[in-house]
Amino acid sequence: MTMTEAAPQGPESAPDVVPDDVAVATPEFEAAAERAKSRRGFLIALPAYAYLLIFFAVPLVIVMIYSFGTRNRFGETELSGWNLDAYRKLTEPLVRDILFRSLWLALLTTVICLVVAYPFAYFLATRGPTTRNVMLVFVMIPFWSNFLVRNFAWRVLLGNDGPFSRFTEAIGLGETRILFTPTAVVLGLVYGFLPFMILPLYASIERIDLGLVEASRDLYASGWQTFRRVLLPLSMPGVIAGSILVFVPSLGAYVTPEILGGAKTTLMGSYIVTQFLTARNWPVGASLSFTLTVIMLFATILYFRKGGRTL
Amino acid sequence: MTDLADTDTSDSRPSSAADAATPAVGITGITKRFGDVVAVDDITLDIANGEFFAMLGPSGCGKTTTLRMIAGLEFPTEGSLTIFGQEVGTLPPNKRPVNTVFQNYALFPHLNINDNVGFGLKMQKVPKREISTRVGQALEMVRLGNMGLRKPTQLSGGQQQRIALARALVNRPKVLLLDEPLGALDLKLRVEMQGELKELQRNLGITFVFVTHDQEEALTMSDRIAVMDAGQLLQVDPPEAIYERPVNRFVADFIGQTNLLEGTVESADTVCLANGARIPLSTELATGTAVAVILRPERATIGPRGQAPSGRSAVDGVISEVTYLGNAVVYQVALDWMQIDVREENRPDADRHDVGSEVTVSWDDRAVALVTG
Repeated sequence: MTMTEAAPQGPESAPDVVPDDVAVATPEFEAAAERAKSRRGFLIALPAYAYLLIFFAVPLVIVMIYSFGTRNRFGETELSGWNLDAYRKLTEPLVRDILFRSLWLALLTTVICLVVAYPFAYFLATRGPTTRNVMLVFVMIPFWSNFLVRNFAWRVLLGNDGPFSRFTEAIGLGETRILFTPTAVVLGLVYGFLPFMILPLYASIERIDLGLVEASRDLYASGWQTFRRVLLPLSMPGVIAGSILVFVPSLGAYVTPEILGGAKTTLMGSYIVTQFLTARNWPVGASLSFTLTVIMLFATILYFRKGGRTL
Repeated sequence: MTDLADTDTSDSRPSSAADAATPAVGITGITKRFGDVVAVDDITLDIANGEFFAMLGPSGCGKTTTLRMIAGLEFPTEGSLTIFGQEVGTLPPNKRPVNTVFQNYALFPHLNINDNVGFGLKMQKVPKREISTRVGQALEMVRLGNMGLRKPTQLSGGQQQRIALARALVNRPKVLLLDEPLGALDLKLRVEMQGELKELQRNLGITFVFVTHDQEEALTMSDRIAVMDAGQLLQVDPPEAIYERPVNRFVADFIGQTNLLEGTVESADTVCLANGARIPLSTELATGTAVAVILRPERATIGPRGQAPSGRSAVDGVISEVTYLGNAVVYQVALDWMQIDVREENRPDADRHDVGSEVTVSWDDRAVALVTG
C-alpha cells in the first residue's frame, strides 16, 4: 500500500530506473500477496476445519437424512422413499408441549443467568487483579468435579428430607417439594451454566473504560440510567455470547432434566433419547434433533442481528 | 458563541448564583484519605463566580482528587464543600450543577457525536426538540457543526477534545471542571486550544476550574492559580504574584525556571549570600534566618568581569555552557559555590559570550525575591 503513493510519476521515469530483479508494486502484485496471505490463514485453520467437518457437519447431514426415513415393523429405518412423516410428529400435542416447555425453560434459565451473572461480572471487573483472579478461580471450581455428580448433589439438596426442605420447615414455611418439578430443572440448569454467562460478561465489561461510567454520572445520569445507556450497550457482545452459550445447551439439556425433572417434566433432550433408544423410532428422533438444531441456529442469528445494531 | 450564555430562561435550577458574594466553589477544611494515604490534606479555598481558576502541581499532589470531589466522583473524608452556597459534600455527581471535561475525554464510543453531546440533556429529560437545538448550538460553538453523525473514533484528538467541551457546556453548568484537558494534544494544538478555552470562558462567564501540571498553561490562562504539593495547598494567587512572589522554595522552583541563591538574613535590608557577598534586600525576617534569593534567568544580565553597572548587585563567574534556543541564549555560569542560568534575548545588539569567558552576572535589586525553607 505504501508504495502506491509513488506510482503517479511512474509511467515516464520508472521503467528505465527500476532494475529487472526488483518487484514493482502493482494492483496485481498486491492482489497476489493478499491471496497468499489468506491461503496461509486457511492452512493454519485447517485442523479445526477438518475436525468440524468430520465430526459435526457429516453427522448432522446423516441426522438430516435419517429424519426423512421411515421406521419399519422391526424398528429399522428405511431410507428409500423419503417423506416428511417424522416431522408430522411435531404437530402432536404431546411433542409440541415438550418442545414449548423446553424453549420456555431454556429461556427462563438464560434470563436468570443473565440477571444473576451481570452484577457479579461487573463486581469482578472492577476489582483489583488479585481479587479478580481468586474469584475467577472460584467460578471455575465446579468444573473440577463431574457434571453428573453435581446434579445428583442437587437431588440430595432439594429432596423432600434434604437440607433445603429442612430449612424451610425450620423457619415455619413447611416442607418444600421442589425436586422433580420444572423449578428444580431451572435451578439445576442455572447452576450448571452460570459460569458460561459470567465469563463472557466479565470479559466484555472488563474492557469498558470505567471513566465512561463517571462521565455518565457527571452528565446527570442516575446509576440505573448509566447501566441502561452506557454499561449495557457497551457490554452487549458479552450479553449475546453468554446468552447463546447458556440458551443453546439448556434447550438440548439431557442430564439435568433427567435427574432433577422426573417423569412429569420431560424435555426435548430426554424425549429424543427415548425415541432413539426405547421407541427405536430413529426418523422421529432425527427429525426432532434436526428441528432443535434449526431453532438454535435461528435464535442465534436473530440474537446476533438484534444485538449487532446496538454495538 | 453567546447563545449558550444568555438564553438561560428555561433553566429550572435554583439561581442562587445571583448573589455575587457567594463563591462558586467553597472548600473548607477538606481532607481526603484513601486508606492510609492522605491525598488532600485539610485545604481551604474559595473560587469566585466567573473565575478561570487553575490547580497546579506535580502528579500525585492532590489536584485531581480535589477536582473529583467538586464533581462528586469522590467524597471528602472531612470538611465542607459548597457550590454556590449549597452544601454538596456527599451529593452524587448527577445532582450537582457542575460538568467535567475528562482527561481522556471519555466520549461514549457507542453513541454518535449528537447523542454524546445531548446525553446530559436527555438524562435531565429536556424535550427532544430543545435537545437538538442546543446540541446544534454547542457544536457550532466548538466549530464542529457538521460532525454530528460521526462516531467519536472517527474524530481527531483535537476534535474529540472540543466535543468533550461541548458535551459539558451544553448543560449550562454553573462550574466547568477540566481535568488536564489539553494534556493529550500536541504542542501547537494545545496552544491554540488554550486561546480558545480562555475566550470561551470570557464569553460564557462560567466558572472554570482547571487542573494541570503544566505551569506555563496555568500562567497563560488563569485568573488565579492554586499551587499544590503532597496534598497541601501552598499558594493561591494571580499568575503574576505566583511568579514574582512565590511563598516558598517549592513554588519558586515549580513555576518557571529559577536560580535559588542560598544565604542568610543579615539585617532588615541586607542578605548575605553563601559566598559572603552582601546584597540589599528589605525583609521582615529575623536576622540569621536561612533564605534563598530567587533570581529568574531572564532577570540577570551578563557583562565582562568587573563591569557591572552601578546600583546593581553582582556576582562573578565563568561561562560553563551556552545553549542556543533561537529566540534566546541560555548561559550556564559557574559561580564559586554553585551554577546559575542566565537567559538573554537573542537581539542583534546583544554581546555573545563563549564558554570559559570570565564574566560578571548582575541584576536589579528589585528583580529578586526572597523565600525561606
